[in-house]
Amino acid sequence: MTDSVLDQGPISEARQVARDLRAAREKRERRSRLLKHIFLSLFAFFMLYPLLWMVASSFKPDNQIFGDLSIIPTTFMWQNFTEGWYALRESFTLFYWNSTLITVLTVIGNLLSCSFAAYAFARLDFTLKNFWFALMMMTLMIPYHVVLIPQYVLFLNLGWVDTYLPLVVPKFLASEAFFIFLMVQFFRQLPRELDEAAMIDGCSPYKIYWAIIIPLSLPAMATAAIFSFIWTWDDFLAPLIYLNDIANYTVPLALRLFVDAESQSAFGQLFAMSVLSLVPVVVFFVVFQRFIIRGIAMSGLK
Amino acid sequence: MRKFLAKNAPGYLFLSPWLLGFFFLAIGPIVTSFYLSFTKYDIATPPRFIGIEHYEYMFVWDARFWQSLKVTFAYVFMSVPGTLIFALAVAMLLDRQIRAIGTYRALFYLPSILGGSIAVAILWRQLFSNAGVINSIVELVGFEGPYWLSDPDYSLYTLVILAVWQFGSPMLIFLAGLRAIPQELYEAAEIDAAGPFRKFFAITLPMLAPVVFFNLVLQMIEAFKTFNSAFIISDGRGNPLDSLLFFTLYLYNEAFSFFRMGYASALAWVLLAIIGFFTAIAFATSKYWVHYENERG
Repeated sequence: MTDSVLDQGPISEARQVARDLRAAREKRERRSRLLKHIFLSLFAFFMLYPLLWMVASSFKPDNQIFGDLSIIPTTFMWQNFTEGWYALRESFTLFYWNSTLITVLTVIGNLLSCSFAAYAFARLDFTLKNFWFALMMMTLMIPYHVVLIPQYVLFLNLGWVDTYLPLVVPKFLASEAFFIFLMVQFFRQLPRELDEAAMIDGCSPYKIYWAIIIPLSLPAMATAAIFSFIWTWDDFLAPLIYLNDIANYTVPLALRLFVDAESQSAFGQLFAMSVLSLVPVVVFFVVFQRFIIRGIAMSGLK
Repeated sequence: MRKFLAKNAPGYLFLSPWLLGFFFLAIGPIVTSFYLSFTKYDIATPPRFIGIEHYEYMFVWDARFWQSLKVTFAYVFMSVPGTLIFALAVAMLLDRQIRAIGTYRALFYLPSILGGSIAVAILWRQLFSNAGVINSIVELVGFEGPYWLSDPDYSLYTLVILAVWQFGSPMLIFLAGLRAIPQELYEAAEIDAAGPFRKFFAITLPMLAPVVFFNLVLQMIEAFKTFNSAFIISDGRGNPLDSLLFFTLYLYNEAFSFFRMGYASALAWVLLAIIGFFTAIAFATSKYWVHYENERG
């Protein structure tokens, strides 16, 4: 007998029915997956439409911008970029240099000072540790506006207004509690045995910080660096208050000046400069997406 | 003594930048700001103590103070639920293992990362202008669009829409939360023939309560602090007719346009009290609606 008993009679019919049912379900699932993809891509397009429209508008002549829904420009006005770059009293070269300088110093300051504090909280033992930790967590909630005025008076008396010091020095004093929190969370996951083994081998806490904790925490450091970059690049309130001379302006301040000075006529140029101001953030986002998304899931950073 | 030093020296050394910052940039300014709120202070002349006059004026006479509260609360109560509902809905669509989830996740998150910038605020101003893109679309559908930016009845919606557009970061947090829900719960519910609504209200929402709570507190604090976009869209003054006079904007103008530092400090303390109050309420009520999985009883 070559045919198995299972391929005959009612059993074989039952198998056929089961196969048909499964095929039908798979078809249904495929169709619902396809529908979901169509819906999600349409929704994503709808979400990104404003950004695409802004990029398109930065290439359009001024009289074609308003009310024009198209996101494909018909003419390419490259002069929007070249003329916009020099439209203010100082060129955007200077504003980008200023923004870059402040941002780089801020990132360095945040990484150093916050990792110091986080290492102390996560790995070292000292009197009143829990008390300081609770205070640190409380400062997470304090809005910047509450400390703004006394800080301004302090920096005014130090003669720091219209310099970058009020923007940069606080970052070297671990003023961004969010990053301390993020790093504490990460440091606590590292196995304690590493520290203990190093201690037995005669390592000091300073050596352990530098040779063990930091090299193992590069993902957390990267996340903090990326967010610190993006927040500082977009920061508006602090530069608005502390920087008066246009030669010290950051890119967001220059854009605001552009709105006030030129918005009656040169929309193409305004959009061109706005688009350029987003480029560093978008590039960072594309390159470091993995860290950004993990960072948010870990700590709720914005 | 030697032992005490040996135990504490490394810790305090590592903590010292933060300690300096805490005293000079956080607790010191907070205390000073409290003191300044009881004084008249214009920076040029020393502060003069006037007792609770500022608070009295604020609550009894200052119509703009009440207006700024009204604007801010309306904004918070519209934008936070809107953002969270969008975030949860999209997170649930993305949760099932679908192809290209990484791409969707990144695309939906992009507005969150750009939304706080001045460039996007400028973009929003143009989108909602009288003959702008939004009204062109509204006309295509056959209606006449309102004057979004010059009509005080509509201006706040432009900012609420801008906030909801940035649902990406709570969405990512929801996604992480949804992953943590054990699939067996859904399988068990399916055996009991539970429909999608029943599954959502009986499993997803209760299991997600801690994440909802976390997102709610975070988004609320962020919303109360909104400044950049309000500044650009309202010409820095809360235009039109104070309909965009966000609390932070009022505070900024009192302090840095009119140099009424004492009054602005009083405003700052009211802001602190409001944020503290809502955070406390969220925490105090959380034990009634947030249950953690590993909790007993």
